[in-house]
Amino acid sequence: MMLTAHNLHKSFGPTPALRGAELSVEKGELVAVMGPSGSGKSTLLHCLAGILTPDEGEVVFDGRRVDRLSDRERSMLRRARFGFVFQFGQLVPELPLLENIALPLLLSGQSRRAAIGAAWQWLPRLGLDGLAHRLPGELSGGQGQRTAIARALIAKPDMVFADEPTGALDSVAADQVMELLVDAARAEGAGVVIVTHEPRVAAYADRTVIVRDGRVAEPERV
Amino acid sequence: MTISYTLLGLLEKETRHGYDLKQSYDRRFGAARPLRFGQVYRTLAQLVRDGLVSVAAIEPGAGPERKRYEITPEGVTDLERWLSEPENPKPGLQTVLFTKVVLALLSGRSAESFLDAQRAKHLAVMRELTRQRRDAAAAQDALLADYQLFHIEADLRWIDHAAGRLGTLAEEVR
Repeated sequence: MMLTAHNLHKSFGPTPALRGAELSVEKGELVAVMGPSGSGKSTLLHCLAGILTPDEGEVVFDGRRVDRLSDRERSMLRRARFGFVFQFGQLVPELPLLENIALPLLLSGQSRRAAIGAAWQWLPRLGLDGLAHRLPGELSGGQGQRTAIARALIAKPDMVFADEPTGALDSVAADQVMELLVDAARAEGAGVVIVTHEPRVAAYADRTVIVRDGRVAEPERV
Repeated sequence: MTISYTLLGLLEKETRHGYDLKQSYDRRFGAARPLRFGQVYRTLAQLVRDGLVSVAAIEPGAGPERKRYEITPEGVTDLERWLSEPENPKPGLQTVLFTKVVLALLSGRSAESFLDAQRAKHLAVMRELTRQRRDAAAAQDALLADYQLFHIEADLRWIDHAAGRLGTLAEEVR
C-alpha cells in the first residue's frame, strides 16, 4: 500500500471537517473522491498530501508517518515525492510556461539547463507545443491545467493530488485534461487522488469513494 | 413492473381496498400519470396469482362486495429484493429511482443504502463507457458514448441531490 489514512480527525475551530476518515491508495492507483460541498473531501486531500496535519489519526506514505513529520520534513516530502494540480492551476504568473513546468526541478536543486531541458520534453506530451514562452495569463484554462499537470509530474512523483482540476473548464477541455492526466500518471507509474464533484471526471479513476460528514464511504466495495 | 412493486410497497404498510390503493398511488406517484382503475385491478389479480398478495377479507358494501388485499411473506421478500437491487442505467429511469426512494422511506428501509448501491452501479457504467469512448476508433462512436455518459451523469446528479434531501423527504413521507 502506497498511501494510507487511518481514523483521521480534523476540525477548524469548533467545526469538524473529518471524523474518522479512512482511505488507502495502492501504488499507481487512481482514486476519485466525491461528496457534497463541505463534506471534508478537500480537507482529506490536504491531510493525505501533508499540507494539513490531522488532529488525530495517522497518514502513512511508503512506510512513513506523514502526520509526525516536522514542517520542514513534510515540505521536503511534498517536493520530492508528490505532485499537485489545483482548480486554477496556480502557476507563477511572472514565469513563462516552460519555467513553470521546470519549477519543481529548479526548487529541488537541479541545474537550470537540466530542468529546462526536461520541461521541453513535456510540451508535446501535453499538447503545449509552441507555447513555451507564453505567460500563464496568455493561456486558455485548458492549457493552464495541462501546464499544471506537466509541472505536477516532471519530478516523477509517486503520488499526484488533484483538487477539482477541471472545475473551471468546459466539458471538452475537461475531457482533454483528464485524458492527459490519466495517461501521463499511468506512464510515470504515479498514483492519483482526485477530488471532484463531476461524475464524468470520477469515471476516469479506478474507483470512487464518497466523503460524507467527514467519513469515507466506499459504495463500490460493499 | 414498477406499478406492481409500488402497490406491494403500499400494501406492506397496511391492508387496503383497490380504491384506496389507487388514491394512495396517485397521491404519491401519479403526479404525471394517475392509475386507471382497470390497471389497479388487473395488477392486483396478477399479484394474487403470483402469490405475492392475498385477499384478506371480502366486505359487503352498498354496491358490489369489496375485497381487502394484503401482502404475503413472499410479497415482502420480493419487494425487499427489488428495493435493494440497483437498476441498470437507461433512459427514462427517473421514475423507478424516485419510486424506490419514496417506498424505502415509507417502509422505514434505508433509502441511503439504496442510493449508495445505485450510485456505485452508475459510476461503474460510466467508467466502462469512458473506457469505450477512449478506445473508440471513430469520433462518431466516441460521441455516442458521450451522449450516454451525459445522461447517466444527470441521473447521478439527481442521486446525489436526493441523498442530500433524505431527511426532509422522510419527514414528509411518513
